[in-house]
Amino acid sequence: MIQLNANHFLYLLQAATWTLLLSLIAFVGGSIVGLAIALLRVSKSAVLRGVASGYIQLIQGTPLLILLFLSYFGLGIAGYKLVPIVAAGLSLTLYAAAFLGEIWRGCIESVPRTQWEASDCLGLNRFQQYAYVVLPQAVRLAIPPTVGFMVQIVKNTSLASVIGFVELARAGQIVNNSTFEPFTIFVVVAAIYFAMCYPLSLAARALERKAHVGR
Amino acid sequence: MNYQFDFAFLAERWPDFVAGAWLTIQLTVASIALGLVVGTICALARVYGGPWLRRPVGAYVELIRNTPLLVQIFIVYFGLSSLGLKLSAEVSAVIALVVNGGAYTTEIMRAGIQSIQRTQLEAADCLGLTRLQTILHVVLLPAMERVYPALTSQFVLLMLASSITSQISTEELTATANLVQSDTYRSFEVYIIVAVVYLGLSALYRFAFWLIGLVLFERKRRLGTAL
Repeated sequence: MIQLNANHFLYLLQAATWTLLLSLIAFVGGSIVGLAIALLRVSKSAVLRGVASGYIQLIQGTPLLILLFLSYFGLGIAGYKLVPIVAAGLSLTLYAAAFLGEIWRGCIESVPRTQWEASDCLGLNRFQQYAYVVLPQAVRLAIPPTVGFMVQIVKNTSLASVIGFVELARAGQIVNNSTFEPFTIFVVVAAIYFAMCYPLSLAARALERKAHVGR
Repeated sequence: MNYQFDFAFLAERWPDFVAGAWLTIQLTVASIALGLVVGTICALARVYGGPWLRRPVGAYVELIRNTPLLVQIFIVYFGLSSLGLKLSAEVSAVIALVVNGGAYTTEIMRAGIQSIQRTQLEAADCLGLTRLQTILHVVLLPAMERVYPALTSQFVLLMLASSITSQISTEELTATANLVQSDTYRSFEVYIIVAVVYLGLSALYRFAFWLIGLVLFERKRRLGTAL
């Protein structure tokens, strides 16, 4: 049995950069798809609204773990073999998009109706309404909950370990397999996650407080 | 996509899925009930307790909410057993889910409790209610009614998160899926089935919480308005 040493901790820290990278992929992908979902959710067409809300219900009603298994093992057997990081990035993107879409829908809807009416009166078209009037105001409301949701993304990247992607949680398991000191290792792993997530949580809370000052 | 879907294995393996789903229900109902108790007590401590109570509870909430459930499950199952405390996978799963769900419930219930105005407590005092009666009838029930939608969502999320306990060989729904797909090589079909079962469970839980809400909140049942 190998003694736990400094190299193991360096290995865990290295793996943490993969956690951050995967979080970034999920956040960027989730933002792009999520914005589309949010806009569909407030669209004038009932069909588009239904599609977006069906998507949200579907993703929010199934575990992320199953989504991961489907995109890795499922698609793999159906002939679309994805490497773990792509499968994990894809599932986390789909997952983040559903939650961000729902958060941002709320933000778009809380922009007062009068803003829509005023921009109608000014003769702005739908695109201009969104780009110059509604979205800039919605973004201000959206920042605190979005930062809060980033914590969820970082934590949920740990599930990518089950399809063999070596991020922080998987690295913890690997180190544990050679040293067998699970308590120490997983507490250290948890501490590294905490170090990544807690600043985000604090930032979310501070932003929220700032957003409420104006009211 | 020229993939041939084949659900034939279901004829033989459906009892496995039923057993898995049943264990998921058992695990999560226990976790939700205990998590609600832990969360409510912690929320009361956070709002009404002195600093020596507020701080540890605050630390608990922050520690749990900023680390992944998967790692928490590993600490309970592998970590505690290496320290000499051997727990079965099911018990470890429930402990981890209760500790995790309790932290989120604390935050939700805290928001509810803080929304109860001081005047309500003063009125309860004037009516001669005991401290326990006040907390039960004047604080907790109305607080819960206010945050009930958030609680419902959180508990459905907890049910979905219970899939993660498959990683410590709890034989619940997701673990069953892993087992069946390794026997049949029909992973696409297996995970689609399980996704549908989870969707059904989510709907079932939402419906159950709606029913419980009707029973619990008499005012809402009679008037049908938000508090």
